[in-house]
Amino acid sequence: MTKLRRPSLSISTIVAVAFVTGLVTSLLFLLVDSPEGNGERGVRIGRDVLSLASGVSLGFSNAAGLLGIVALCIFAAQTAQEYTYGTLRNLLVRQPSRMKILLGKLASMKLFAIAMVTLSALLAVSLSYLFAGVKDISTQAWGTSDARAELLRTFINVLIATIGYGIFGMILGLLFRSPISAISIGVIWNLIIEGLLSAFVTNIDRYFPGQLLSIVALGGNERISYQYALFTSFTFLLVGLTIVSFLFKKRDVAN
Amino acid sequence: MSSPLALDVADLSKKYGDRMALSHANFEVPMGSICGFVGPNGSGKTTTIRMLLGLITPTTGSGHVLGESITQPEKYLPQVGAMIEGPAFYPALTGAQNLAVLAKLGGFDTDAIQGLLDLVDLGDRGNSKYKTYSLGMKQRLGIAAALLPKPKLLVLDEPTNGLDPAGIQEIRNLLRKLADNGTTVFVSSHLLSEIEMISDHLVMLRLGKVIFSGKTSELLAKQQPLIVAKPEHRNDLDKLVMIAIQAGHSAKIIDESVHVTGAADYSAKFNKSAFDAGIILQTLTPVRASLEDTFFEMTGE
Repeated sequence: MTKLRRPSLSISTIVAVAFVTGLVTSLLFLLVDSPEGNGERGVRIGRDVLSLASGVSLGFSNAAGLLGIVALCIFAAQTAQEYTYGTLRNLLVRQPSRMKILLGKLASMKLFAIAMVTLSALLAVSLSYLFAGVKDISTQAWGTSDARAELLRTFINVLIATIGYGIFGMILGLLFRSPISAISIGVIWNLIIEGLLSAFVTNIDRYFPGQLLSIVALGGNERISYQYALFTSFTFLLVGLTIVSFLFKKRDVAN
Repeated sequence: MSSPLALDVADLSKKYGDRMALSHANFEVPMGSICGFVGPNGSGKTTTIRMLLGLITPTTGSGHVLGESITQPEKYLPQVGAMIEGPAFYPALTGAQNLAVLAKLGGFDTDAIQGLLDLVDLGDRGNSKYKTYSLGMKQRLGIAAALLPKPKLLVLDEPTNGLDPAGIQEIRNLLRKLADNGTTVFVSSHLLSEIEMISDHLVMLRLGKVIFSGKTSELLAKQQPLIVAKPEHRNDLDKLVMIAIQAGHSAKIIDESVHVTGAADYSAKFNKSAFDAGIILQTLTPVRASLEDTFFEMTGE
């Protein structure tokens, strides 16, 4: 956690989270009347949907995918840098149990993810109220107990998805042992490969961990249930984590 | 009764593909000694140290550190301090923060950190970021980190890299002090003069093989003492060589001097023989074999 709390990383994380949350939330509201749509892949989320109790958390849940990419990058870098800095050998001399080191990193990652997601939630809700006012969208239902329950559900789902992306990043960091490689492959896979193929091949997103994590954040969609998305994405992650844990335990640390 | 061992390895080997980085190494390091670990670049020193610290798995063979098998590093590493292949810390954290990370990981007292920083002369730079440190300061922080567990065994790989002469002397004195207090020090270095000054025990590697393991004094005693004579006139070099050979000693010309194998008590006789032959000597110096000379002779470097 000492490494994660340092000002340079905290500030850059805050900026990244603010940027993606602000971008997605503002576009959701500001493009509400646009014929090209204001949701993912041109989907139109109209005023009637935004004014529902769930409207207050839509910006937040829609930002989860990009928020996840931020988490992926941070945790890929933080993991892989132990190899590039050479600090892993110091850690292993002080704590020979490699699994304890890995579990410690997972635990600190979860805490960091909670902070990121909380910040994103606060910002998304604030911006939602602001832009709802600008676009004259009713927020009457946003103060109800249903809205609060929906926001809490969304917070939990976005947190699960963000942790999932973070684990994905850690897997890449352990596998490639280089921040640049891990981040590049993670971003290319999630944003380009998964994104493009999902846009053009029907139902292929049922088998892509990144796409499934985004669906977890949304609480499911009309094609893929929340349960399926959660189970399948975390099965992928568990398999990946098992493989890299085995490699991490057995590999010689020669750098 | 032999003294207990801090380190012992038996038939220890490490193979990478077709290359034997370390081949059937056997050596012992007594507890409480300062043991120099020397060898040319690529001779297997760092590979050996990594195996002793559980970072890499041996291909064959066994080893013990503080009486525990190297297959169970969790049993002995809490009592071992190490700096391998130079210092490695998080650039964006301060020196003190870097030590705190390691102290918390190992369950050591973080209150001791300032004392350690003072010990290695970083007391006033502990709150500066590691990335602002000079090479010498980074090295000192690495040594401070190695001392965190108040170790029974200290393993240092090139601890004086980047240090100025005053810094080298300080480290030498510190290691001596630690050994006097019962800590075993296992130090690899290219500064053979420094190793010779502090080590009472030596392990020497060449091409992945142990070519010597034992007391430093035993190694140096095996080497023939020399007498180095420089004549006033260069033309007399060959005559001097003949004088030494006729007296039953071997001799060779190196850099306008004659190196004669022989104890210091031959100097007077050699000087007289040279004088009788009309040769005036500019200098006549008995030379004890140094570790550096011995190293070059044994490793062929």
